[in-house]
Amino acid sequence: MKLITAVIKPFKLDDVKDALKEAGITGITVSEVRGFGRQGGHTETYRGAEYKIDFVPKVSIEVVVDDGVVDAALDAIKTGAATGKIGDGKIWVSDVDRIVRIRTGEEGIDAI
Amino acid sequence: MQNRALRIISGLGGVVAVLAVTPSIGFAQEYTPTTQDVLNNIWVFLAGVLVFFMQAGFALVEAGLTRAKNVVNIFAKNIADAIVGVLAFFAVGFAFAYGGDGNDIIGWGGFFLSGGDAFGIAEEGALSLSTDFFFQSVFAATAVTIASGAMAERTKFSSYLMFSVVMCAVIYPIVVHWTWGGGLIAQLDFGTEEEPVVFSDFAGSGIVHMTGGIAALMGAFFVGPRIGKYSEDGKTRAIPGHSIPFAMLGVFILWLGWFGFNPGSELLADFEVPRIALNTMLAAVSGGAATTAVIWAKTGKPDIAFIGNGVLAGLVAITAGCGAFNYAMSAVVGAIGGVIVVFAVLFFDKIKIDDPVGAISVHGVVGAWGTLAIGIFARYDDAFLGRENAGLIYGGGMAQLALQATMILIIGVFVAVATGLLFAGIKAINGLRVSEEEEIEGLDVLEHGLQGYAPDTVSSH
Repeated sequence: MKLITAVIKPFKLDDVKDALKEAGITGITVSEVRGFGRQGGHTETYRGAEYKIDFVPKVSIEVVVDDGVVDAALDAIKTGAATGKIGDGKIWVSDVDRIVRIRTGEEGIDAI
Repeated sequence: MQNRALRIISGLGGVVAVLAVTPSIGFAQEYTPTTQDVLNNIWVFLAGVLVFFMQAGFALVEAGLTRAKNVVNIFAKNIADAIVGVLAFFAVGFAFAYGGDGNDIIGWGGFFLSGGDAFGIAEEGALSLSTDFFFQSVFAATAVTIASGAMAERTKFSSYLMFSVVMCAVIYPIVVHWTWGGGLIAQLDFGTEEEPVVFSDFAGSGIVHMTGGIAALMGAFFVGPRIGKYSEDGKTRAIPGHSIPFAMLGVFILWLGWFGFNPGSELLADFEVPRIALNTMLAAVSGGAATTAVIWAKTGKPDIAFIGNGVLAGLVAITAGCGAFNYAMSAVVGAIGGVIVVFAVLFFDKIKIDDPVGAISVHGVVGAWGTLAIGIFARYDDAFLGRENAGLIYGGGMAQLALQATMILIIGVFVAVATGLLFAGIKAINGLRVSEEEEIEGLDVLEHGLQGYAPDTVSSH
């Protein structure tokens, strides 16, 4: 089992969610996050003073999938989140040791 | 509904309306209110309701332009201003402002609204004592709450309360006594025996707003800037507010309230009321337009927080002359207010007076401008001036302008000294500022034991 984490542009969340659903993914976890990458920050003005926003708002999504579905899920996120402009985000994949469904106590693939 | 309204206006049904406003306690037996009397009282009362709601506007502007960690403290200060303001004005403030047994410096008599005719106003009449007090007391609450914004995010709540009490009980009432109360400024005459030249400040650009603005300046000065506002190399750093929608809703509420503030100050229901309301509207939109133009040209962005200040600046500017100006000059005076406010805000940042909401500029500086503008633009007799064409551009001469400037000087010096001593005193006794730790954590939890936006942790059981 793998944990797929993706940091994407907030307004692409719906597209990514739809693409993942189409790929057969049954659940995702979403968080509002902030950070910077190569895009860097931007400047805003407030009451006549300029200031720099170093940490740009992004959305982070987490999906746990069976090994065989990883490529399909990655493709779905890539397609859904891409605008072709700087700041589209990143995806990374890591191993997952155990999963437990709280309600039933099921473990492993059954719990996904 | 229409039928009922028509009946009330048409004499016969007026009796119904009269009964409705007649309290069960005894009053002068022979007095029968006219329909006009009833209209006067109801209108001025409703105008007072609008002015009272400005408290919500002040609270929202201040909360929106500051950080989420201090939002409880800001609403606490603003509700305290309403509570303390009305109570203090009821107990002693109104007596110091209008009590008939005083002298030119301070009024006396009728504390707690007792003592019958201490104010020379009937319990019922063209404007009853209760209507007059209600309207005046919400003005007092306005004058005190102006300082709150300038001192936001770092002032001890208990110390702020001490300021609020003294401001509403003594300092603001003395300014009112000198002017609307007939005291020393009201007795200045820069004219001749045949043609007196006396002060005018119809709804209080100087008496209310400049007074509040100067208290705000002294407060911001004595409490010092927020941590992080000015960096060590002397640069001004933006501390963005946490809710622009709050701030702008606050501006709209204040704007609405001003249609009670200025037209209500006519203290009568007559055809001056809509004219004053239109002057007020024209100044507000001109102020907003002028500020937009200036800040857009200056920074390349139509800065919304500034535009809100610009509308309020237009409103403060017209508050003195809303009865004396014509429509076009109302727009001009409001627009000049909108230009002044931008440079005033930038100026106070430069001299490191940290005013998170721009209260010193909007109310203090533009309040002075509005008071002065009478001497330049007054066209009509607003019942203070006692003559037409008092303004410089209508050939009224320098006397009016000089008198308005003198009035600004007297009020300015008095309020600066009085509030300066007050803040210095509070600082010595109680401390004015929260600890560094508390300022960084936010005042909400450490000062009030409550978060403004706590996570929803209530269990379902």
